[in-house]
Amino acid sequence: MDQVTLIQRLLIPTLQILAVVLVLPLLIAYLQLVERKVLGFMQARLAPRRVGWHGLLQPIADAVKLLIKEDIIPEKADRFLFTLAPIATVIPALAALAVIPIAGASFTVAGYEVKPFITDVNVALLYLLAISSLGIYGIILGGWASNSKYSLLGALRSSAQMISYEVPLGFAIIGVLMLAGSASMVEIVEAQKSAGVWYVLPQIVGFFCYFIAAIAETNRVPFDLPEAEAELVAGFHTEYSGMKFAFFFLAEYTNMIVVSCIVTVLFFGGWLRPFPNVESLWWLENGWLILLPLTIGGFAGWLFGQKTRRGIPPMIAGGAIGAAAGAVLAIGDAGGLASLHVPVVSGAFWFFLKISVFLFMYIWFRGTYPRYRYDQLMALGWKWLIPLSVANVIGTGLAIVVKNAVLGKG
Amino acid sequence: MFRTEEMDINMGPQHPSTHGVLRLILNLDGEEIADVRPVIGYLHRGVEKLSEHRTYAMIEPLTDRLDYVAAISENLGYCGAVEKLMGLQIPPRAQSIRVILAELQRIASHLLWLGTHALDLGAMTVFFYTFRERELILDLFEQFCGARLTYNSMRIGGLLEDLPPGWTDRVRHFLTIFPSRQKEYEDLLTVNRIWLGRTQGVGILSREDAVALGTSGPTLRGSGVDYDVRKAQPYSSYDQFDFDVPVGKSGDTYDRYLVRMEEMRQSCRIIRQALDRLPAGEVRAKVPKYIKPPAGEVYHVVESPRGEQGFYIVSKGSEMPYRMRFRAPSFVNLQALPTMCRGRLIADVVAIIGSIDIVLGDVDR
Repeated sequence: MDQVTLIQRLLIPTLQILAVVLVLPLLIAYLQLVERKVLGFMQARLAPRRVGWHGLLQPIADAVKLLIKEDIIPEKADRFLFTLAPIATVIPALAALAVIPIAGASFTVAGYEVKPFITDVNVALLYLLAISSLGIYGIILGGWASNSKYSLLGALRSSAQMISYEVPLGFAIIGVLMLAGSASMVEIVEAQKSAGVWYVLPQIVGFFCYFIAAIAETNRVPFDLPEAEAELVAGFHTEYSGMKFAFFFLAEYTNMIVVSCIVTVLFFGGWLRPFPNVESLWWLENGWLILLPLTIGGFAGWLFGQKTRRGIPPMIAGGAIGAAAGAVLAIGDAGGLASLHVPVVSGAFWFFLKISVFLFMYIWFRGTYPRYRYDQLMALGWKWLIPLSVANVIGTGLAIVVKNAVLGKG
Repeated sequence: MFRTEEMDINMGPQHPSTHGVLRLILNLDGEEIADVRPVIGYLHRGVEKLSEHRTYAMIEPLTDRLDYVAAISENLGYCGAVEKLMGLQIPPRAQSIRVILAELQRIASHLLWLGTHALDLGAMTVFFYTFRERELILDLFEQFCGARLTYNSMRIGGLLEDLPPGWTDRVRHFLTIFPSRQKEYEDLLTVNRIWLGRTQGVGILSREDAVALGTSGPTLRGSGVDYDVRKAQPYSSYDQFDFDVPVGKSGDTYDRYLVRMEEMRQSCRIIRQALDRLPAGEVRAKVPKYIKPPAGEVYHVVESPRGEQGFYIVSKGSEMPYRMRFRAPSFVNLQALPTMCRGRLIADVVAIIGSIDIVLGDVDR
């Protein structure tokens, strides 16, 4: 192998993996801050604002706290498994990110081609299902090795819950597989581009089944039974502290991000802009040029409104001015005003915008819903989601057969 | 052959949802409850015994610490008992103000119950909303008597002082905003499918059991028994007010929830009437400087937010009671817990504890 191929095949993926492993915890720390801020806003309170400006350094403080905290292992715990469990939880969660493409086009750095994903395997969906199932091991091991009754109950609940919800999760994906004819994440997005429609429209039932099952799979409200603080103290991670606890925490949020990514790729066209085939909406490719000034303008307006006690109107005005300026930039691009269109940036922008919507929904649910009871959760999974997702597969199959017959194919 | 065995699990005294220091020994078959044994006494301070060595005026601050989330109801009950023993006539203005305070306290106490009950079932936002409104009531109490939790707000024979200027307007302001806030909680819970699933049919207490176990308050009324001390044995001019006593049908957690929600509306109704017809005049009857009730005994009950709050005093004619006894509604209602929990799941225990609304200071005394 010559040097170029070596760098291309080995060094770049390694750097990408490092980037994911190093950047993701920081991203998650700030996702946690966003969650606290959004929840605070929903719950008529202020959320963190002591550490740093409006609490911007709070995640750093939390991370430092977790790092230097005493790492307690209960006396009667199984030390080996107790240590293994958080690792076994976090690794599958991180590994799932390997096949997520954040943009379509690759770009070049110093003459080498960099792809916007770590790898694109042709069985990516199967890989994702397999790797997400592995996460359960960490939870069962953690609950069992703690040698605490609450942990054990929490772990038993999680394993039952996660195994039950794997089934509708798998079935919900099959509809997309049938439409796209591929299990590669990149090809699924490409298929949506050529179909001219995000798969959420033909697969609306599949989307709902998948998203509900995925929330249950990630153990979040309203399905957060394993760590139901009011009943089981903290479920499977009751006995964990310090960095081991941080690992479970990291895994939970990574799983949330992974689920949001998968939903985006399978049902919402991944990095594609809305209406990917409508030529007259080409300027949406420059969406970031509109959103960025809008956010900056709105934020400046909000700050002004806070300082001068004028409330919300300055925020709306600032946002409108920013949006107008952005629109001029984005559409002016056609007239050659500025050649700002970079496919990778555009793709990544839409991709991250979409996953933020789903992450926001996670937080929104947490602010809204009570928790399901164990048996109700099982009833929902087995009596509703599984039949519904199976019906979706049959319906999709019939629709494809009818369509092919009408068009005279196959 | 596989063999399953029942597991004993300790819930509390340090547990996020046993509302204080209640300890439950759950006998579990899987996640199903085979039996529940409540263990109490972790907050026992011997208030009844302490009272035997205090003058009558010094006992009132102790009553604050029984049911510490509804201290005004305790003050009202205790003062009422001593007044009954002494045969005092309370000025009408003082009686009306006491009703306003007690009903505001009922709303504040029910708000605390609603917030924690919803938090136990995972709906965390309701908790912050109810505490926002409870804060308004606590501000009103603070303006009235300077304290926010243990008020010591009344005196034997009436009140220490009249209302501060502008206080009634602030109460009226609260009454105008509160109904819309209550609608916010109901939007989040009353027709929420998950909330219905978690509360309907959970912790059923039959009418017969409720009476036999001696429960009172919303726990009793949720089971369909129309009994409210304010109607049955009116005290402090409650007979002059027009209000309904909400009653449940099936005696489940959801019915108790509905009863308390409606009670908050009825309390607003009572406060409005009391403000509209607030009599003028003195707020304290002529009482001797040293309170020495005649020898004898008295039992006086009031309807606290938790139920029938009784005060039994035996006097030997000295300035200290010979014997003091409190009938704590939380203590009696807690007896119904095992009946309601058997055969349910662990998650239901949390819902049921929340729905009988115990305060451990009241249980243990």
